[in-house]
Amino acid sequence: MRRFAWVLVLAVLLAAWEAYVQLRGVPEYLLPAPSQIAQALWDDRSTLASQALVTLKEMLLGFAAAVIIGFAAAVLLHLVPWLRAAVQPILIASQSVPVVAIAPILVIYLGFGLAPKVLIVALVCFFPITVNTLDGLERVDPEYRRMLRTLDATRWQVFRRVELPWSLPGLFAGARIAASYSAVAAVFAEYAGGQSGLVDSMRDGFDTPLVGAAIVVLALMSLALYGAVTVAERLALPWARGR
Amino acid sequence: MRHGYAGLPVLDGVDLQVEAGGRLAVVGPSGCGKSTLLTLLAGLEQPDAGTIEGAGLKRCALMPQRDLLLPWRSALDNAGLALELAGAARGEARTQALPLFERFGLEGFTDTPPRKLSGGMRQRVAFLRTLLAGKPVLLLDEPFGALDAITREELQEWLTGALDAEPRTVVLVTHDIHEALRLCSRIVVLSPRPGRVVLDAPSAELDHDRVMEALRG
Repeated sequence: MRRFAWVLVLAVLLAAWEAYVQLRGVPEYLLPAPSQIAQALWDDRSTLASQALVTLKEMLLGFAAAVIIGFAAAVLLHLVPWLRAAVQPILIASQSVPVVAIAPILVIYLGFGLAPKVLIVALVCFFPITVNTLDGLERVDPEYRRMLRTLDATRWQVFRRVELPWSLPGLFAGARIAASYSAVAAVFAEYAGGQSGLVDSMRDGFDTPLVGAAIVVLALMSLALYGAVTVAERLALPWARGR
Repeated sequence: MRHGYAGLPVLDGVDLQVEAGGRLAVVGPSGCGKSTLLTLLAGLEQPDAGTIEGAGLKRCALMPQRDLLLPWRSALDNAGLALELAGAARGEARTQALPLFERFGLEGFTDTPPRKLSGGMRQRVAFLRTLLAGKPVLLLDEPFGALDAITREELQEWLTGALDAEPRTVVLVTHDIHEALRLCSRIVVLSPRPGRVVLDAPSAELDHDRVMEALRG
């Protein structure tokens, strides 16, 4: 029963929203009713679908790049302590650079194509993945290292046999956060110019039902990616469940 | 032998001997440096003063109080970990570990993940893992300290059987006097920190009360 509590909550929220707009006669350009958004979803389904594919491609490519590079960076920083000491403050400071501010610059560098969007999504997704993986690598109980050393494990074996598997729940935790960021990051990137992603349906501030419809599509893609990461974790790390 | 941390003496003039194949129990109050002693014997750290002969990383395998099984490995793969670290392929390690695994009461649990094993079963696997490191000396750090009384009794009997079948030199650290008398041929009692030897005698000449007396000082 609890698993489906969200359906009830969502239904109540949508009903209250609909009733408010209908009963108070709120004009469409201020707040579209859920029914109007649903109508827009249906009417513009083919446009929204083709735009969603563009945005989804940016999300997935950027996310995938961030997983690979973020994981590799975490491993490198873990294995080379002086590099970690040198780079970590810069890495954290880099997170205060607003993506909105650098997106136009990246478009100037990389043009109006797919590349700057993928890069921006990757930049946003990179940090949670690196930090969480690094955290997992460092959180290995030192007792394991002692025990393994008396079993004649080399440094590499300690990494390969204990630290690496131990970091994977962290990698997935980071990937889940990154998955939920990736949709918004893709839209930010599209605002900076080019491509024909979902932003094209969000630009017209007066066609609020269409903007709402585009947001619904974006949210669904973000949820789907989040869900895919969760399922992948359950399959890949059955031992990590309920920890 | 003498050792301390940050200027704090932990062990002060400890002089011990174990004959090859002997079983020595080190008993003492909490914080007397029992675990430090094992760390030094294992060669994980060097003593501040004094020497250790016939021990060190090459000759000792350490079994910690917590089982430290790897949660992503099955029971048998955990037991055979040392063999894989020594270069054996996984299948090879399993084949080599299996006879002991079954002989020591773990048959039927080969592919069970650690989280589905009872505390006692996990300690058995942890002991096998230590045994299969192939070292002549086993350092057991309160191996049954976290178990309930009944399981502990059971495992003490099991360990005696296992060690009779696969003889090794054993240094057992414990705060359980019964356990020490039951499993080991010699008992050493350490004083509170900094640890000194206050009693060193064959268990045949000792009983619970005499060890207790030495512990009380």
